[in-house]
Amino acid sequence: MSESIEKPVDVKQIKALLEANDSARIRTWLSICSRCGLCAESCFFYLANNRDPRLSPAYKFKNTLGLMYRKKGNVDRQFLKKCYDIIWGECTTCKRCSMYCPFGIDIATLIATARTICFSQGIVPEGLARTSVNYRETGNQMGMSTEDFIETCEWMAEETAEEMPGLTIPIDKPGAKYMYTVNAREPMFYPQDLAMAAQIFTVAEEDWTIPSTGWDCTNLAMFAGDKALAGQVVKSMYDKALELGVGKILITECGHAYRSAAFEGPYFAGCAGGKPPVEVVHSVRLFYEYLRDGRIKIDPEKMLTEPVTYQDPCNVSRNGGLWEEGRKIVGFLAKDFRDMSPNREHNHCCGGGGGYIPMGPEFKKRRMLSGRVKAEQIRATGAKIVITPCHNCFDQVNDLNKEYDLDVKVLSFKEIITESMIIPEKFQPVDEEEEGGEE
Amino acid sequence: MDDLYGFLIGPALWASLTVFVVGLICRIFYLYGLSRERDKVFYNHMNWSWGLRSVGHWIIPWGSASMRNQPVFTFAFFLFHICLFGVPIFLSAHNVLLNEWVGWSFWSLPDGVADALTIVMLITILFLFARRLIRPEVRILTTPWDYTLLLMTFLPFATGFLAYHQWGPYRLMLILHIIFGEILLVVIPFSKLGHIILWFFSRSFIGFEMGERRGARSW
Repeated sequence: MSESIEKPVDVKQIKALLEANDSARIRTWLSICSRCGLCAESCFFYLANNRDPRLSPAYKFKNTLGLMYRKKGNVDRQFLKKCYDIIWGECTTCKRCSMYCPFGIDIATLIATARTICFSQGIVPEGLARTSVNYRETGNQMGMSTEDFIETCEWMAEETAEEMPGLTIPIDKPGAKYMYTVNAREPMFYPQDLAMAAQIFTVAEEDWTIPSTGWDCTNLAMFAGDKALAGQVVKSMYDKALELGVGKILITECGHAYRSAAFEGPYFAGCAGGKPPVEVVHSVRLFYEYLRDGRIKIDPEKMLTEPVTYQDPCNVSRNGGLWEEGRKIVGFLAKDFRDMSPNREHNHCCGGGGGYIPMGPEFKKRRMLSGRVKAEQIRATGAKIVITPCHNCFDQVNDLNKEYDLDVKVLSFKEIITESMIIPEKFQPVDEEEEGGEE
Repeated sequence: MDDLYGFLIGPALWASLTVFVVGLICRIFYLYGLSRERDKVFYNHMNWSWGLRSVGHWIIPWGSASMRNQPVFTFAFFLFHICLFGVPIFLSAHNVLLNEWVGWSFWSLPDGVADALTIVMLITILFLFARRLIRPEVRILTTPWDYTLLLMTFLPFATGFLAYHQWGPYRLMLILHIIFGEILLVVIPFSKLGHIILWFFSRSFIGFEMGERRGARSW
C-alpha cells in the first residue's frame, strides 16, 4: 500500500465522490440485491479458497461500496484499508459474476467505484501507484522514453528485415489503415514481439504504423481507480490516431488494453456517445481475418501437433465478444485443440487480471492460491501448450505452471503465427531461396 | 370486527393499493430522472434486442448458466414466483370481490388447485428460508430484514390458507390475512421487493452493457 497510511481521511472528498457516483444504476443495484448468493459460485476467488463465503461477490461489494454509501461517507482509514484488501486482493473485476446474478448487477463497476474512493485517499497498491508515475511522466507504464521506443522499433525493423526483406516498422505514417499500439513491456522486455507483429503485417501486406506517442495501450490507472489519469492515458492514444488520420486503432495481444481503449476509455476521456473517436480493433479479430481471408497462410507441416488449450482472457472473450475468433485462430494453428471447461464467455479469470499482476509481490501468494481454479482447468485438458492473447494471462499461466507443475508452454498467437506461416517468395531472403525457402 | 373488516377491505385496501402503485411509479420516475443525468452509459448502448435476450434467458426456467448450475434452487425459485403472482390474482374468492366492485374479474383457478399452489408456495418459502440459514454464502449476506421480508410474504398466504379452511378463528384469520396482504403491498415499492419492476431494467441494462457495448452475452 502506498504512503500516507496514518493520515486522517478526507471525509468531505469521499462524500463528494460518493455523491458524484450516485447514479440510478448504482442506486438500483445496491437497493435490489436480494442476497440470494447465486454470485458466489461464479467467482474463482470463492471457488479457489474453500468456498469462503466472505469471497462471494455480493459480500465484497456490500462490505465496501455498499457500506460507504450506508455510512454516507463517514468512514475512517482503517475501514478503507479493509476495503483495500477486498477490492484489490479479492477481485479482478473480471465481470463474470454479473452474468450469474439474476439482476445482472455489475459488481465489477461497484468494485471499481470503491477503488476510485480508496485511491482518492492515497490507498492503492504500490505496484499500480508506481505505474501511475510513469504514465504521468512518459505516457507509458514502464517509463520508457520516446527515443528508446523509436530506437527499439528501428532496431527490430533492421534486424528482422535481414530475415524478411521488405519488412519495415513505419512510425507515425499518416493515413495508415491500422495504428498498432502495444503493451509497454513489449518494447521494454520482449522487443521480439514487435518484430513478430511486423512480420505478420508484412506478410499480410498491411498498411500499418506505430505511433511515436500514445503507443502504450495499457491502462493500469483504470485499475488503480485513477479515472482522471486513465482518461489522459487513453486520450493520448485517441489524439494520436486522429492526428495521423488512421483508419483504426489496433490493440496488441493484451486484454485490459482492449477493455480500456474500446469500452471504458471513452468514458474516462469523456468521448461523446461512449464510443472511441476511432474504431478500436483487437489483434485477435485482425489475425482471424488474415487467416480467414488467406492473407496469412499456415504451413500445414508446421501446425502444432501437441495438445493445445486456449485461455480466454476476460477482456477479450467475456468482455470483448471475441471468443469464437480466438478459437478459430487456434483451429488454423493447432491439430489437437482441447477446450477448458467452462470456456468462452464463461471462462474463469486466470487470476492475473484487474491489475493483479502489476500489483506485485505483496499479492503474489494470494494470486497463486486463487489461480488454483485456472490451474485445475488447464490440467484437466491435458494440454501441453496454452495459447493466450493477453500479457497478464501469459504471466499468470506461467506462474501457475511453476506453482502447480502443469508442464505446459504458454504462447501468444504472434509467436505461433510467425513460426508457422508461409512466407511468400518476395519476402524471403534472396540468398537462402535455394535452400528450402519453399517450406 | 365487522367495522374493522369494512375498513380494511375498503379505505385501507385502496390506500395500500395506491401506495403500491404510486410508490413504484415514483421510484421508477425518480430513477429515470437520475439516469438521464448520470447514467449516460445506459442510453449510449441501449439496444432492445440485447436487453430482451438478457431478460428472456432469465425469465425462462434454467435459461441461464447460473440457473443451470443451481437446478434445485431454480426450481423452488420459479415455483415461488409463479405461485406468488398466480394464486392471489386467479383466486376465485378474490375474483368474486373484484366482480362485486368493478363488475369484472380474472379467470379463476379451481379452488383445489389454488389450495395446492398455496401449499407449494408456503413450502418454497420455507425452502428459501432454510437455504438462507444453511448455505454459508447466503447466510453471511442475509440481514434480519431479509428474514422479515420473507415472513411478510409468508403471512398473507398462511393466514389466507387458514381462513379458507376455517382452521382457527375464521374472522380473525381473515382480518389478519387482509392486514398482512396490505402491509406487503405497501412495503414492495420501498424495499428490495421493488425488483418486481426494477429487475426488468437491471437485467436489460446488463444485456446492452455486455451485448451492444462489448459484443458479449450476459446469461
